Parts: sequence; structure tokens; C-alpha cells
Amino acid sequence: MERIADVMLKDQDRIFTNIYGMQDRSLSGAKSRGHWSNTREILKKGRDWIVDEMKASGLRGRGGAGFPTGLKWSFMPKESDGRPAYLVVNADESEPGTCKDREIMRHDPHSLVEGCLIASFAMNAHVCYIYIRGEYIREREALQAAIDEAYEAGLIGKNASKSGWKFDLFLHHGAGAYICGEETALLESLEGKKGMPRMKPPFPAGAGLYGCPTTVNNVESIAVVPTILRRGADWFSSFGRENNAGTKLFAISGHVNHPCIIEEEMSISFEELIDKHCGGIRGGWKNLKAVIPGGSSVPCVRGENMKDALMDFDYLRGELGSGLGTAAVIVMDQSTDIIKAIWRLSKFYKHESCGQCTPCREGTGWMMRVMERLVNGTADPAEIDMLLDVTKQVEGHTICALGDAAAWPIQGLIRNFRDEIEDRIKDQRSVQNIAVAAQ
Amino acid sequence: MLRRLHPNQPTSFAFSPENQKWAEAQLTKYPEGRQASAIIPLLWRAQEQEGWLSRPAIEFVADMLGMAHIRALEVATFYFMFQLQPVGSAAHIQVCGTLSCMLCGAEDLVSICKEKISPTPHTLSEDGKLSWEEVECLGACANAPMAQIGKDYYEDLSGSRFEELLEQFRGGNAPVPGPQNGRFSVEPSAGLTSLSDVNDGGPTANKSVSLAKKFNDTVKRIDGTDDTITIHWGKQ
Repeated sequence: MERIADVMLKDQDRIFTNIYGMQDRSLSGAKSRGHWSNTREILKKGRDWIVDEMKASGLRGRGGAGFPTGLKWSFMPKESDGRPAYLVVNADESEPGTCKDREIMRHDPHSLVEGCLIASFAMNAHVCYIYIRGEYIREREALQAAIDEAYEAGLIGKNASKSGWKFDLFLHHGAGAYICGEETALLESLEGKKGMPRMKPPFPAGAGLYGCPTTVNNVESIAVVPTILRRGADWFSSFGRENNAGTKLFAISGHVNHPCIIEEEMSISFEELIDKHCGGIRGGWKNLKAVIPGGSSVPCVRGENMKDALMDFDYLRGELGSGLGTAAVIVMDQSTDIIKAIWRLSKFYKHESCGQCTPCREGTGWMMRVMERLVNGTADPAEIDMLLDVTKQVEGHTICALGDAAAWPIQGLIRNFRDEIEDRIKDQRSVQNIAVAAQ
Repeated sequence: MLRRLHPNQPTSFAFSPENQKWAEAQLTKYPEGRQASAIIPLLWRAQEQEGWLSRPAIEFVADMLGMAHIRALEVATFYFMFQLQPVGSAAHIQVCGTLSCMLCGAEDLVSICKEKISPTPHTLSEDGKLSWEEVECLGACANAPMAQIGKDYYEDLSGSRFEELLEQFRGGNAPVPGPQNGRFSVEPSAGLTSLSDVNDGGPTANKSVSLAKKFNDTVKRIDGTDDTITIHWGKQ
């Protein structure tokens, strides 16, 4: 807990300076806020400098897993063996609770376009595809308009930003499949197939899109790159605790007074985040029941453990057995039926399982049906442990992490709210007994 | 989830000339021999043109991309945005039902759909004008509850506002999308807590709303006449 907090992040230290879209969103507006100002000079410093600087900044991937971005880039082959290399940007934002990338793409799109150029250059890729979820239709139009502007201004294209580097940027879209947010499923989808995850290895850096070396990065991870390189790794790593560097877009939804998206320093306390930006918990802090701090795939945390929590990868995982994920904070007050809330997530995962691996295809449906009985209170008390056992059998036994993601919310529910599940079954039984006695 | 083709299919499909040109331009984004990559954008354009995705449309796109029909059918049935049955002639309503929206009242919106449109999803209302479904997270959680109608997101909904919207769509109008409670985009509704140095004379609506007003095509069938694609890139 070495963070010396309570100094709010200043606007001049925010990377996304137009996240609400209230300023000019065109290329000239972006330029006036500092984007594209010395892109050529950054590229001139060379590939190794860029990758080293990204490593030094401590940026961890913003798509949920938190893998160090600079390290990921360094896995790409230094020299081409004849195959082209690709950067693919994962804009298939579909994790329940997560809505930050949408704001980047419609309101600050040039941070992403410039980031794509720099990151592709650093990975020896002349081509980048952005895979945006199909439902984001206006966001696709907004981003395409920004890409067109960049082409017309010569910032990308044959001689991108007069650097001598040829760079093409293509926007591609999906059609409503959560699983395409998994990197190898995304590549399958981009190749024109069903979005079913691939076995790893080979990892995408060895054989990804069209069998060529590929790196898949989240929108936010790429969009912060130009500012980090412009202001320096030291500047970025001065925010947040060690190993949890930087600023981060938090998306807060659910039972707070003013849900919003806000860029804040990593390792900010949950209380500070909610009180400063969201007007507090609906009905006050005593009314807080539970929080899902990082999108639907991370386990929920009891409200009383959350108030002092630091919002970063290591604290949420290490101290609370949850995770920062995409920093999509879902807040639930005492009026929430927490069992039903988790059932809704089980329904989501059942709907979104691609059906490739048996434990997930069958398990997600099975877990949802038991969760249904827990919601109604018609389950047998022994089914709670049976359900926990099933989640353990799904977890870790599938090609991709969707199986794990379906298992964790249920494990979190049983760990944190077992008493509530048992009470409901007891209540339901006593109601039935009265009914039987009355007959 | 079982997704099947509709029993009643039209006899044929073809892109409008402008959409055909648009579709051919899409192919230039992908390397030689990788045209299959364009299948989702092309199927989507076919759906935008017709309102839903029929078997002749799927086969037409497969032939255009040199794919076996079964491969295209796999894609069409795998991705949930493809409507495999006719939808309301005026609008198809997609209510987000996942957790953040559920916490903020999505179940009420679904009840309204059941009452005002049809008791079951993917079913036309009696007048044929509307249809609805509950979809999974649409990624606008800080504006919950919300619904996608046509190209646009209607956010920060209340039950009464949602009912008004349905009536407007039923009457052939497309109301202004975006937050329905006066919010600009995803800022805290009580006032800015960051980036508060806003210039006068800036945009009057968020980007999605601006685009919707500019194109005025929220629930329009897209024939490609007012939609151009500029090919900035060379051969892949």
C-alpha cells in the first residue's frame, strides 16, 4: 500500500482528452490536443527504442488479462522470413460492464489511429486490422472517418507521416459474438470463419492471421502508446503502484448515483473513485452489497471488502481474489438479488459459448440451470457444492478462457454469499412445508 | 442456441448496383486468395438491404467469395446479429438484458416489448411493423438501460420514454438517438469531474448522435446510393 493518494489526476495528465466528445473530434481538433505532433520523430528513434520504452513504461494490456504490452510486442520476429507481420486491434468490446473502447473510437479516434501506426512499425507490420464489434455501427463510421482523414493527410498510407514506412489500416467488423473477443477466435472470424478459438501453441506471434506472425492488442492498449512515447515511460510509470503503472479508463455502471467513464490513476481507491466521480453509492455506502470490479468474468466482492480496495491488478487479485479485468466496475446495492445477478451472467455465458469444447458447451447450460434453481430456492442444499464442483471441472479444461470466465462468477458467489443461497433454499422449503401441512 | 433458416424464403437475391460496387471494394482490404475474410461485412450489407438474411442472400455472398455454401451458412447461423427471419417493417428492437442493464431496469423494457409488440421475441407485431429480442451486452453499460434500434443506441431509458419511442417508430419516425435523459455521452450526469475546460462552440451532440442526424438512416434499408467507400490503399 505504498500509494500516496488523494491528489486527483490532473487534466494535463489525462491521455484521453476528449473522451466525452465535447471538443472538436476531427483531425484538426486531435492535432490541437497534441496528437500526430511528432510521429515521424518517434518512428525515427527505431523499433527497439519503441519496444524498450513500452517495456519501461510498465503498461499492462488493457483488454482484461493485464499482460505487459512491451513484452508481448517483443515476441514478434525481428526479421521477416518472407511472411508479412500483422497487428490486429481487438475492438470487439463485449465483456459485460465494459464500454470504454467505444468512447475512444467515437470521440478520440486519432489516438487509436496514431497508435496503430507506431505499434505496427514497432512490430515490423505494414498492415493493421481493427476488428470492431458489429453492433458499434456509428462508432465504426466515426473511426472510418478518422482513418480516411489520416490517409488524406498522408499520416498513414504509402509514406506514413513522411517516415518512409508504408502502412495500411483496415477497419473490419464482426456480427455479434462475444467469443470473438478471444484473440484466436477473433483471427478465425477475421479469416471469414465461425469464431471458434484455436489451440495454442502456436501462439499468434508465430502463426496468427493467415498463418503469419500477428499481435492482437486491445484498443486502449494501443491508443495510449503515442502519449506514452511522447511524454516518456517515466511519466507513465509515475502513476499507480509498482507493477500497476499508468492511468486507466474506468467504466462504472449499476447502482451508483452517476454512472460514468473516467480516466483515473491506477491504484486509486474504490471509495475515492466512486465518491469523486460517481456521486457515491446509491443510498450511501451502507447500502453497498457487492461489486464486480473488472467486468463479468471476475468474481464478485462483498461491499464491505471493497470500500478500501485499490483499483489495480495486483490488489484485486492478491487481496480480494478477484481482478481488475477491463476495469469495468459493476456496483450492486442492497436491493439487488445477487443470486439472480450471477444467474444473469451464467445465462450470458451459456448464450455466448461457441460450442467447440464439451465442458463449456454442456457446462455453461448446466450451470445456468442449477443457478436458476438457486434463484428460486428450489435446489437441494447439496447442489451448492455440486455446482462448485462442476465449475472446477469446466475451469481449465477448455481451449479458451470462456470456460474459466463462466466458472469464476459462480465461484465468487458461493464464496461470498453462500449464506444467502442457503437461506433462500430454507425459506422456500418452509413455505412448501406450510403448503403441504395446509392440504 | 439453435438458429435455423426461415421456412419461407424468397426465390432470389442480388445486391443493388451500388451495394455490389461497395461489396467489391471491400475485397480490396484483404490479401489475394483471402476474400472469405469479407463474408461478415457482405452478409451484413445484404441484411441492411433486405432487412433480414435469406438463404438466397447467403448463397449469393458465398458464390461471390468463392466459398462453399455450407461455410457461409455456418457463419450466418453462428453470429447473432444476422436475422434469419423477417423483422418488423418499421423497426427491430434489441433490448440489452445483461447485468448492468438488468440492474438498471432492462426487465421492465422487456415487459413493455412483450406487451406492446409480441409476447415472444423474433415475432412480428400484429401490424407487422415491429419485432424485438433481448440481446446480450451491447457495450454501453454506463448508459444503462439501453436498446439498439436499427443502427443506433437509445440510452439512459425509462419505461415511459421507451414506450414513446416504440410509438414513434411504429409511426414511421426515427427519434433522435443517444441518451434520452439529457446527458451528452458518458460523463457523470451531475456535471463534469474532469475535462471540464470545454470550449464554447463545440459539438452540440455526441458523435454517434451527430452521425445519426447527418445520415438520417437509423432504420433505413441501405441500397448503397448515399454510402461511398474510398480505396486509399494499394493492392494487398
